[in-house]
Amino acid sequence: MKTLSRIYTALIFLFLYSPIAVLVVFSFNNSRNRVKWNGFTLKWYADLFENELILESLKVTLTVAILAAVISTVIGTLAAIGIHGMNRKLRQTFLAVNNIPMVNPEIVTGISMMLMFVFVFRMTGLLRPGFFTLLLAHITFCIPYVVLQVMPKLRQMNRHLYEAAVDLGCPPVSAFFKVVLPEIFPGVLTGALMAFTMSLDDFVISYFNAGSTAQTLPVTVYSMTKKPMTPEINALSTLMFLAVLLLLILVNVAQIRDASKKGRKI
Amino acid sequence: MRSKSAAAPFGLWMLIFTIVPMAIVVYFAFTDPDGQFTLANILEIRNYAKPFLSSIYLGAIATVICLVLAYPLSFIIARSTERVQQTMVMIVMIPMWMNFLLRTYAWMSILEENGFLNQFFGLFGLHFNMINTSGAIVLGMVYNFLPFMVLPLYSVMAKMDDRVIEAARDLGCNHFEVFRRIILPLSTPGIVSGITMVFVPAVSTFVISKLLGGGKNYMIGDIIEAMFVGSASNYNLGAALSLVLMILMLLCMAFTRKVDNDEETIGGMMA
Repeated sequence: MKTLSRIYTALIFLFLYSPIAVLVVFSFNNSRNRVKWNGFTLKWYADLFENELILESLKVTLTVAILAAVISTVIGTLAAIGIHGMNRKLRQTFLAVNNIPMVNPEIVTGISMMLMFVFVFRMTGLLRPGFFTLLLAHITFCIPYVVLQVMPKLRQMNRHLYEAAVDLGCPPVSAFFKVVLPEIFPGVLTGALMAFTMSLDDFVISYFNAGSTAQTLPVTVYSMTKKPMTPEINALSTLMFLAVLLLLILVNVAQIRDASKKGRKI
Repeated sequence: MRSKSAAAPFGLWMLIFTIVPMAIVVYFAFTDPDGQFTLANILEIRNYAKPFLSSIYLGAIATVICLVLAYPLSFIIARSTERVQQTMVMIVMIPMWMNFLLRTYAWMSILEENGFLNQFFGLFGLHFNMINTSGAIVLGMVYNFLPFMVLPLYSVMAKMDDRVIEAARDLGCNHFEVFRRIILPLSTPGIVSGITMVFVPAVSTFVISKLLGGGKNYMIGDIIEAMFVGSASNYNLGAALSLVLMILMLLCMAFTRKVDNDEETIGGMMA
């Protein structure tokens, strides 16, 4: 039984990782052929860094991801604090609204915002599809992740700490920064990092909201897959995979630190 | 700390960027390009019954395969030691963080005529025509959404009390009975949320069918995409078709909530 489950697990993991292995290995292939190995090369990596289109979309992707992560973290953290203080009924309504972007099919979220921007543009001439609409869309689908990460930290927090600070004469705003924020900070950080990775990874919503002026990397990749392929995509995906892996490790280290801090307290 | 007003920016933001856009989808679905009320778009939906049905069909097959593959795996993970559990969950999660376009693109090199699959099975004299079939689309869906099935299943199974299973064994249940009477009912909430988390994105996908289906196996996502991007665009009809997807999503959520509520009574009894 034990051997059987080991083999089964190994087969599933093989299934999950074989395409990734193919991408990584063939990013070093010395030929444009996607299925035949022709010797080792680093030239696709070098080409990658000379490809204007890729570099430009990388810049857009990173700018949007950083801005979306920061803004959604501020709005989401405040939201979590507000929702935490609500009565049950109001809280459930807010959490249901928070769930909409997470359960809606991505294509529906994407086109619904696109239609709104089109509508506003037709009426007022503002919000032409481009960087700004892209950013607004990204903030929208990032916020729910932040809220869901911060909420549990608020529930775990001892709320008498805040009351004590206020009773001792601390103004509410500085009580927030001195008492509440340090307590919920691990959740805020995880939320921010999740928002960042979600934004980095998104294709469908960006595809409908970017317009032609502000393509993100996944959108560029999509347009590249339509043409005869270049192994630069493999090189690019290897680097992106490494970047995401690094981010994930950071998140995990943050969580483990948080957990061990809790352990010491108890 | 009673500071409900902190949620005000959130409320405003979600109103403007989530609720209003959904209302605008409804508005576009019921108007013509000049903004006049019409039912033409809604009536037009029936001409798209075939792609809708084939999307639901392929999505359902992919969901069932995901469930069958993920169930034993989640059980194996949940029965491991805590350290191993964490590592295995990470291993399941990591591919999800590689852009799904890139992963799907990699399947093209595996499945194509002279791809790795056929290179490997060619050694045994076998050959598969996978690329550009609906089988390849289902495979792409299973691959991309399998983790969405594993995670909810794993999280309910990890919470399962070992002693309940032992008690059932002690009281004379065989393996099958333990599964049917204990493990299956206790894992139902995970099964339900797994099904929704796989089925909704699978039905509405448009990239997987484009890359692996060769662009001739149209799914509803492909048609909606074409209505909004490119030369043949028709926002009003596209909105009407999206409305159907929204209703499908609402049905899934209602289904989840119903089963969850039924489960609560069982869970309450258990506790």
